[in-house]
Amino acid sequence: MSMISKFKEAIIGLKAGCVTLHYPAQPRPVAENFRGRPIFDAQKCIGCAGCANNCPAREILVLDVCQEIRILKYLGRRCTYCGRCADVCPEKAITMSHEFETATNKIGDLHQRLDLFMSTCQRCGRCFKESSPLEQLKLKGYRFDDLDHERWIFRSRAYLEAEPVVDDIKIELD
Amino acid sequence: MLKNLCQKMFGRSLWVYHANSGGCNGCDIEVLNVLTPYYDVERFGIKLVGSPRHADVMLCQGPALRATARALRYAYEAMPAPKLVFAIGGCACGGGIWHDTYAVLGPVETVIPVNFYIPGCPPRPEAIIYGVAVAVGLVDKKVAPVEFKQLPLPIPRYHPADLTGRDEMVVYEKAEKI
Repeated sequence: MSMISKFKEAIIGLKAGCVTLHYPAQPRPVAENFRGRPIFDAQKCIGCAGCANNCPAREILVLDVCQEIRILKYLGRRCTYCGRCADVCPEKAITMSHEFETATNKIGDLHQRLDLFMSTCQRCGRCFKESSPLEQLKLKGYRFDDLDHERWIFRSRAYLEAEPVVDDIKIELD
Repeated sequence: MLKNLCQKMFGRSLWVYHANSGGCNGCDIEVLNVLTPYYDVERFGIKLVGSPRHADVMLCQGPALRATARALRYAYEAMPAPKLVFAIGGCACGGGIWHDTYAVLGPVETVIPVNFYIPGCPPRPEAIIYGVAVAVGLVDKKVAPVEFKQLPLPIPRYHPADLTGRDEMVVYEKAEKI
């Protein structure tokens, strides 16, 4: 009896086959509604900075270099791929791609940086402020984020304090 | 060069230590998923060990918190000398959604040096395997920084100070340069 049971086990083992994915050798497609890395289309983008105002992780930084040119920088480090930027974008310039193979040894590889021409009001040179709070979420205004240190600045306090707003807390090690 | 060095140092197998310094457990589940027979990562020789003193690689999940930064540092220092650190997930790479709260110091790299980044919240098990494969040298990394730069305006910057001459013989000196 014991011999037969061993044979049975062997047959079951042969039947099972290989379960393991041969992933890096063979590609593995994702589901259709999978959200991967967001891709910014510079041709469609109008530079309203709605994505920067709505990003929960504050990953999109905006800096106005001069009256006409606005720099939009996507850092991609702590992005949760929630897709709110793609939802908010009025021109559908942001698409959530199916890219998930984003492992790198340099964090700078994830950055996306766009230089955009801004079309502003001909009379005052600035965009309008919306009346309702919901509209103000999609505020089209001037922002001065710190692109060199990859740091975002609170809009209300940016002009008041000369020293950095988000200061680095030193780690207490002995 | 780093790849060659990695292959030289970690030629046989990587023993990984799994350190969570205050994440939400999402990345933990994905890492444990990678070790299951379906995404069998032991075919690359990777094995989970319980102590940092046995490990070559530290898999970090979660941001460096005020409370756990010191413990993370000690765990890093306890590892024997050729060591790699993987930052898995958006918290470990960049500090996470709550990067600006009082308890969070920031990404893991504020405390310990990080060699490989696997962003995602949480990253798919395939993405983690891809990161491991990049580190071991089986595949090349796919991402590269994207920059879109505007060309300078073709419209001349007309300035009256550059005008010379009188009446009908007005010459714009910099017209050639445009």
